[in-house]
Amino acid sequence: MRRTVIGDPIVAALSAVLGHDRVRDDAAERALLSHDASVFAGGAAGPVCFPRTTEEVQAIVRIAAAHGRAVVARGAGTGLAGGAIPLGAPVVVVTTKMNRILEVDVDNRIAWVEPGVVNLDLSKHLRPLGFHFAPDPSSQQACTIGGNVATNSGGPHCLAYGVTTQHVVALDVVLPDGDVVRLGGLDAEPAGYDLRGAFVGGEGTLGIATRIAVRLTKNPPAVRTLLLAYDAIEGAATTVGRVIAAGIVPAAMEVMDRGITVAVENFVHAGYPVDAAAVLLVEVDGPEAGTARDAERIAGIGVANGATSVRTAADEEERALLWRGRKTAFGAVAQLAPSYYLHDTVVPRAALPRVLRAIYEIAERHGLLVVNVFHAGDGNLHPLLLFDGRERGALERVHAAGREIVEISLASGGVLSGEHGIGVEKRDFMPLQFGAADLDHQNRLRRAFDPACRANPGKVLPSGHSCADIQALERVPAGVWG
Amino acid sequence: MRVHDGALRAFADEVGGTGPVAVEGARTRWCLGGELRPGTRGVRAPVGIIEHRPEEMTVRVRAGTPVDELHEELAAAGQRTGLPRRGGTVGGALAVGEDDVCVLGRGRVRDALLQVRYVSAEGEIVTGGGPTVKNVTGYDLPRLLVGSLGTLGLLGEVTLRTNPIPAVSRWYRAEGADPFRARDVLYRPSAVLFDGTASWVLCEGHADDVEAARRALVCTPEVGGRWEECGDAPALPPHRWSFRPADLRRLDREPLGAFVASVGTGTVFASRTAPARPLPPALAALSARVKREFDPGGRLNPGRAVDPAAA
Repeated sequence: MRRTVIGDPIVAALSAVLGHDRVRDDAAERALLSHDASVFAGGAAGPVCFPRTTEEVQAIVRIAAAHGRAVVARGAGTGLAGGAIPLGAPVVVVTTKMNRILEVDVDNRIAWVEPGVVNLDLSKHLRPLGFHFAPDPSSQQACTIGGNVATNSGGPHCLAYGVTTQHVVALDVVLPDGDVVRLGGLDAEPAGYDLRGAFVGGEGTLGIATRIAVRLTKNPPAVRTLLLAYDAIEGAATTVGRVIAAGIVPAAMEVMDRGITVAVENFVHAGYPVDAAAVLLVEVDGPEAGTARDAERIAGIGVANGATSVRTAADEEERALLWRGRKTAFGAVAQLAPSYYLHDTVVPRAALPRVLRAIYEIAERHGLLVVNVFHAGDGNLHPLLLFDGRERGALERVHAAGREIVEISLASGGVLSGEHGIGVEKRDFMPLQFGAADLDHQNRLRRAFDPACRANPGKVLPSGHSCADIQALERVPAGVWG
Repeated sequence: MRVHDGALRAFADEVGGTGPVAVEGARTRWCLGGELRPGTRGVRAPVGIIEHRPEEMTVRVRAGTPVDELHEELAAAGQRTGLPRRGGTVGGALAVGEDDVCVLGRGRVRDALLQVRYVSAEGEIVTGGGPTVKNVTGYDLPRLLVGSLGTLGLLGEVTLRTNPIPAVSRWYRAEGADPFRARDVLYRPSAVLFDGTASWVLCEGHADDVEAARRALVCTPEVGGRWEECGDAPALPPHRWSFRPADLRRLDREPLGAFVASVGTGTVFASRTAPARPLPPALAALSARVKREFDPGGRLNPGRAVDPAAA
């Protein structure tokens, strides 16, 4: 039976600030925003707001506080860990109407943007000026800068350039009590604790960023892109460690195994070798001489570690084609199975060959197909477990295999997440990586920002910590549902 | 159950859970953040490099280790870190958070700290972050600890990101050049410094690229000056002022005294002390809540604070 909404009392107050057209309370909108790009169900959205300014976000947060309701911020909803899934019918603050690039300040090498600006749109805007925004997650055509800040996003090129926190200089944040603070600053050494650093990656549990100053990265004068083919994936993984050990830090080093390479080749016809067990896509950039020399050395290291062919992109067109293969990998997976579960762990580079073997073995044992396309340069694994959601028990097997992948990654000296974040996906795995005192201190940081647990409750920290009481979150406030 | 390093365990026992306590490194920045309350017990962090893994670009080191000793060990394997080369200990450098003068090439201190083990106000060992170069698991306690002057936890052991030492590093100096133009014509100089009359530039990388950068300096008329190779950076005055990079074009030199400005970052090294920078009220309130959460009894480095109004 469909549940219908009868007069959530907060809606009138929100509408008085935003107008009726920017507060949506219908069942269809709520249902839509109860999900993100992850496989997790169980979300329940309250009223959905589309603010345009910091002041409007502040008003929403204060109204929610006055009504004892939580607030969940949401950008494009491309998150894969369920970080934007609303739990317990909170007010949902959608930032997509806050999508202006406010100022590009080349002299200070920053741009002020609103959180709803799409990642790739920002880099396109900066390109004619000779700059770009370095974080480039695979979802960059859709994901927003606000979401990048929330999850501390990475992408292929963060190997050399660093993840989002290294590219965020300052933020204006609406705290969960409605106060507005500027964290960080444009000056060299802002005073006080690095609360900017603490906020980035907070997954929306520490407040809502409404203006973000991002660092501009100069476009490199020279770029070389190489595609190396291997007849065993271990060779590709070993090459990655040897390149780093040789003192070369490429801009990106991406490995794709045969399953995903074949799918990508059918999809974009980039000339990827479909008979190879794995391919390694390497990009080096910087000044001309060092870039050329590094490319040569990498080719040599590749051949010494079993590369059967090395293809160097001859021009920008070929380079774009090679990258199109990598960047559309997740779309290409649709040929292989109706659904996939994309994992995200990190292991030391030296452990890559062993952990990869273990992942294939785990998948086989659970009767699942797995393909791997990942940021090998920094040890960031992305196994895709393929399944058909209509098949009984399939998702359960995927979760069981996923847990084993997490366990083997941690046992190899790795971490739970390299770039997707914790959200609800890995919340309950946190005790596998952290002890009680460690989690308690993370909880203290959260509590300092949000003593009343109003910002995105139920995320990051497992049950037993403040704002993580899932039982309570599953109860919908009185008067919300008829 | 995690087994901690014995030296770290002993440090935690020494810190204990009661009474005012301050950690002492090499005292290179002892008076930052206010004077320690009299009667505070002093402790020292453990020393020693635990493990350098060049192929992972990481090094695990105890916080009391001298930065020079760390860099010497790393250099033997062709690597370095973002920690500043000004003496002192690893823990001290992280607790203070000052970047090296060549930060554009070496990276920021706050980006160098991957994993931190510190002793809490309760005397417990707490781990934040992770040992890999990439990690977004949970809240970013390492960045919170960098620059916190030991007021939230006492650093015991850290894992730092390392970077390769470039093949060639060369300083160039010129009188009467435009350092802002110099910064613009170079791709990624490791440092651009200016003392009001002379400019210095550090170019690093492949020998041919360093030579190309030198030519760009010499041959771009707008940069001006007669550029010549020099041995090292100029001597830096002791006090740090923090500006926006663009503010350096219109620097009011009077209050600074003698100075060396870092073009592109906004740090100015000056002979006169920088004015105190109290935090705006809402930010001060948030910072005070952070301090209360981590050190409810105010026993860690009492008398010191990152907000001068709270010292």
